[in-house]
Amino acid sequence: MRAPLVVLALLIAAAVAAPVIAPYEPDRIDLARLRQAPSAAHWFGTDELGRDVLARVLHGARVSLAVGLLSALVAGVSGIAIGGAAGYRGGAVDNVLMRATDAMLAVPRLPLLMIASSFLQPSVMLLVVLIGLAGWMETARVVRAEFRTLGSRGFVESARALGAGHARLIVRHLLPSAAQAAIVSVTLAVARGILLESALSFFGVGVRPPQASWGNMLYQSQATLATEPWLALAPGIFILITTASVNVAGDRLAGRRR
Amino acid sequence: MGNQVARFLARRSLQALPLLFVISVLVFLLIHAAPGGPLAIYLANPNVRPEDIERLRRALGLDRPLWVQYWSWLTAFARGDWGYSFSDGRPVIARIAERLPATLELAAVSLAGALLVTLPAGVAAGVRRGRWVDRATSALATAGISLPAFWFGLVLQIVFATGLGWLPSSGRSTPGADDFGDHVSHLVLPALVLIVVQAAAWSRYLRGSVIDTLAEPFVAAARARGIPRRQVLVRHVLRNAIGPVLAVVMVDAALLVSGAVVTESVFAWPGIGSLFTEALARRDYTVLMALLMLTSTAIVVLNLVADLAHALVDPRVALT
Repeated sequence: MRAPLVVLALLIAAAVAAPVIAPYEPDRIDLARLRQAPSAAHWFGTDELGRDVLARVLHGARVSLAVGLLSALVAGVSGIAIGGAAGYRGGAVDNVLMRATDAMLAVPRLPLLMIASSFLQPSVMLLVVLIGLAGWMETARVVRAEFRTLGSRGFVESARALGAGHARLIVRHLLPSAAQAAIVSVTLAVARGILLESALSFFGVGVRPPQASWGNMLYQSQATLATEPWLALAPGIFILITTASVNVAGDRLAGRRR
Repeated sequence: MGNQVARFLARRSLQALPLLFVISVLVFLLIHAAPGGPLAIYLANPNVRPEDIERLRRALGLDRPLWVQYWSWLTAFARGDWGYSFSDGRPVIARIAERLPATLELAAVSLAGALLVTLPAGVAAGVRRGRWVDRATSALATAGISLPAFWFGLVLQIVFATGLGWLPSSGRSTPGADDFGDHVSHLVLPALVLIVVQAAAWSRYLRGSVIDTLAEPFVAAARARGIPRRQVLVRHVLRNAIGPVLAVVMVDAALLVSGAVVTESVFAWPGIGSLFTEALARRDYTVLMALLMLTSTAIVVLNLVADLAHALVDPRVALT
């Protein structure tokens, strides 16, 4: 459990402390040092405006991590609400909500988000909401399944027999028991959110320049891939390290049979 | 069995129609609810006067109530009339059809390649669980699912195209020199990206499924009867373990045959996926609508195929 969490904690600390630890301002243009290869002064090199790539990667981490974590929060809360309602009420409510879940699962996620962000031109906060609303289905299914099996268990039956109301049953008995499964699916949503944000920004419809995100740094690196490959390496490696740590943490939480 | 399959197909097709209807409303509203709607791209263009936009709006029928527009789109779409591309005026169907061969070629090669990697890797990891084979494949698989596909594509271009100069960085063929070898060399890098990404996800599922199946009593029974190990693995374990994995494989297959947006775009592969990003850049919404419906239909249909195949390989699974 420890290694991936330590890596994640370091990444988050670096993102929070970016203004303090970054060697330069992320937007500082230095026309004397355009497109420089990595060196002692600029560890990850400089881009087409002479901006320091390390500084931009650190500041980009703030956006990328925030979008990943917050979009997973949106996805988790909506997924728990929808899945919980479907599993608790059953019947027609369950039917309608689960058909809606099926419909959302049958729409290709990235193309749908690309259309939405191309037409809506979202701010970072709206981007969080859009990515979250495209990712609640897995959590909803897991929570619904847990609620359905728990509903017939003895401890829920006896709580109901003792006169516990709906709210008490859900909050005190059902939610805590479904928490582990829900947390695993929300963890996966964090990794997915980071990948989706970077893909959207890579296609020029996510986080818009000059604000740095890992995805839009890769978008800008594409034009000069042949001559300045370092511009493409650093942001991608940071995405990979982040999503890999989140996925490993999720696997351990799920108690994969190792 | 035949009768049962027919009834299953009929019922599931009937269930799929309202699903596709909901999806089409969702996508239609999304595009039309945006500021400026389908003509948003002209609003930002200083050379297009407001009265021109108004004329376009009327000519294209965009001034009618939203539900009237939706209904005329839906009835035409159901009849096979997918409208005309906003960017070049050609029928949407023709634009998709000309991109289809490239997409199907890439999809077929990637799916076959990913299966060839997944089957041995997933089974070996599941059978030798906790041993070094398992730890190595599981680590690689986790790296694979964490990898942003577009960045992996860029890295492959840096290394094999601009760095070593072994392979072309984009396109489907070299103009004037498009023999078989040239064709294959263009296919290698995009196919590699898709193979790695799919095989990583699938082998994780297959590993878990193999572990579940190994714990089943019928596997112990087969072993007790003295059936050779290899035969137990292939006939008993793999056959039953593959069922649950099919659902994941089929959704990915649906996404590939309807155009791998990211990979095709990074490698400028002239398929449906690139058509999507081109249409998005020009806000060509008739093309976008058609492509999203195409992908959703492919997902729904291949989901059905997966359930059918699952029931066929595993007699314990009922067709519901």
